[in-house]
Amino acid sequence: MNGFFDIPSDLGNTYFGLIGLHLREALLPVLAGLLLALPVAQLCVRFRWLYPPVLGVTTVFYAVPSLAVFVVLIDYTGQTELTVMIPLALYSLVVLVPAIVDGVRSVPEETLAASTAMGFGPVRRYLQVQLPIAVPAILAGLRVAVSASISLVSVGALIGNQGALGNLLADAQKYGRPELAVNSVLTTAVLAVACDAALVLARNLLTPWMPRGRRQRPKEAAVRQERPGPKKAAAR
Amino acid sequence: MNVLDFVNAFFSDSAHWHGYDGIPQRLLEHVQYTLMALGLAAAIGLPVGLLTGHTGRGGNAVAFVATAARALPSFGLLVLIAVVVGIGLLPVMIPLVVLAIPPILVTTYEAVRSVDPSPVDAARGMGMRESSILFRVELPVALPLVLSGLRSAAIQVVSTATIAAYVSLGGIGRYIIDGLYQRDYEKVVGGATLVALLALVTLAVFWAAERLAVSPGVRRR
Repeated sequence: MNGFFDIPSDLGNTYFGLIGLHLREALLPVLAGLLLALPVAQLCVRFRWLYPPVLGVTTVFYAVPSLAVFVVLIDYTGQTELTVMIPLALYSLVVLVPAIVDGVRSVPEETLAASTAMGFGPVRRYLQVQLPIAVPAILAGLRVAVSASISLVSVGALIGNQGALGNLLADAQKYGRPELAVNSVLTTAVLAVACDAALVLARNLLTPWMPRGRRQRPKEAAVRQERPGPKKAAAR
Repeated sequence: MNVLDFVNAFFSDSAHWHGYDGIPQRLLEHVQYTLMALGLAAAIGLPVGLLTGHTGRGGNAVAFVATAARALPSFGLLVLIAVVVGIGLLPVMIPLVVLAIPPILVTTYEAVRSVDPSPVDAARGMGMRESSILFRVELPVALPLVLSGLRSAAIQVVSTATIAAYVSLGGIGRYIIDGLYQRDYEKVVGGATLVALLALVTLAVFWAAERLAVSPGVRRR
């Protein structure tokens, strides 16, 4: 298509500049969400009664459309990247808190007892036993959060040029150049897939003890699912 | 004025309760879009999820489709389709259905997949046909998780259906988009509150559905 990579000058950025901006606007909030979700989830694991209300509150947050949050935040943070990033961080909490809680809870009782018997204190046990075993569940949550975040940044285009690649959508309409919209959607999708692949790679590197290869996977998945499955259903 | 004042002002203005731009009309439109998108997504996601979950085949394909669908930006799709085919219901329905399929498909697959294999084997040993095993053994046990997938899809669709207003359709998004262009925060906050309330109602509906549909033996676990 003609002019596919011909970025209009009103965006004041190159194609790769937009990609960098998009990644920053999408990934920093997820990082912030993760840093916030870890202690919150830990509290939910420690005090069981806390989990349902925390889930309820975050779900209601999640339901508020991002555009509405952007508009309300403009009063306080102006038309800046921060306005886009705050709701994205809140959204990622909704996915990450249950993922971490389910992951940490799925650590077998015997494993915990064994580590206690080996003289691990609560902090060391959490960092060296519970968290590593929860890594697959946490990474699964991160994958959803990162994809959603990358796709939502585009909405920032509606509050004045804060949508990174999403700004191409506005320009596609302004200049009647549909190829810019195609470029925006495709590039965003490719970014999301690439980040997803990076997270899968990270999971494989972080969990060297997990069985690999196609033949073992269904069995392993079934065994792992057996524990959190019904419990998860009951908790929600 | 803080957010609560905006909410109060929006809901106490009687002009917001009547006619073409009234809250009942906008709510009705919003619920229509949501149900239509959710119905279409369920019509695609549920059978595929049940089948792949039952046979255990195509798990990688399910994961791939879900990742790819999640990677597509809803708002970008909306603008793209609107630019290409023009304004209408189609540019709204496609992004919403694409948004709703991954949670339905993946949870259904995982739910059927994680059903305890021993009752399934017992049913097979008793001579039940594969279809009855799926619908009378696996589905009842998997139902809570299947419903939770439908629920998270529904919440996302309720929230995202606001983008319909961007291509000049109705729904609660009208308040948010119009308010944005008119610099009328009262409308924006009011619209956001309505969406949040609708999401809470959705949660309640699914809670009730779980009470009604899930058999007590499964729920107790």
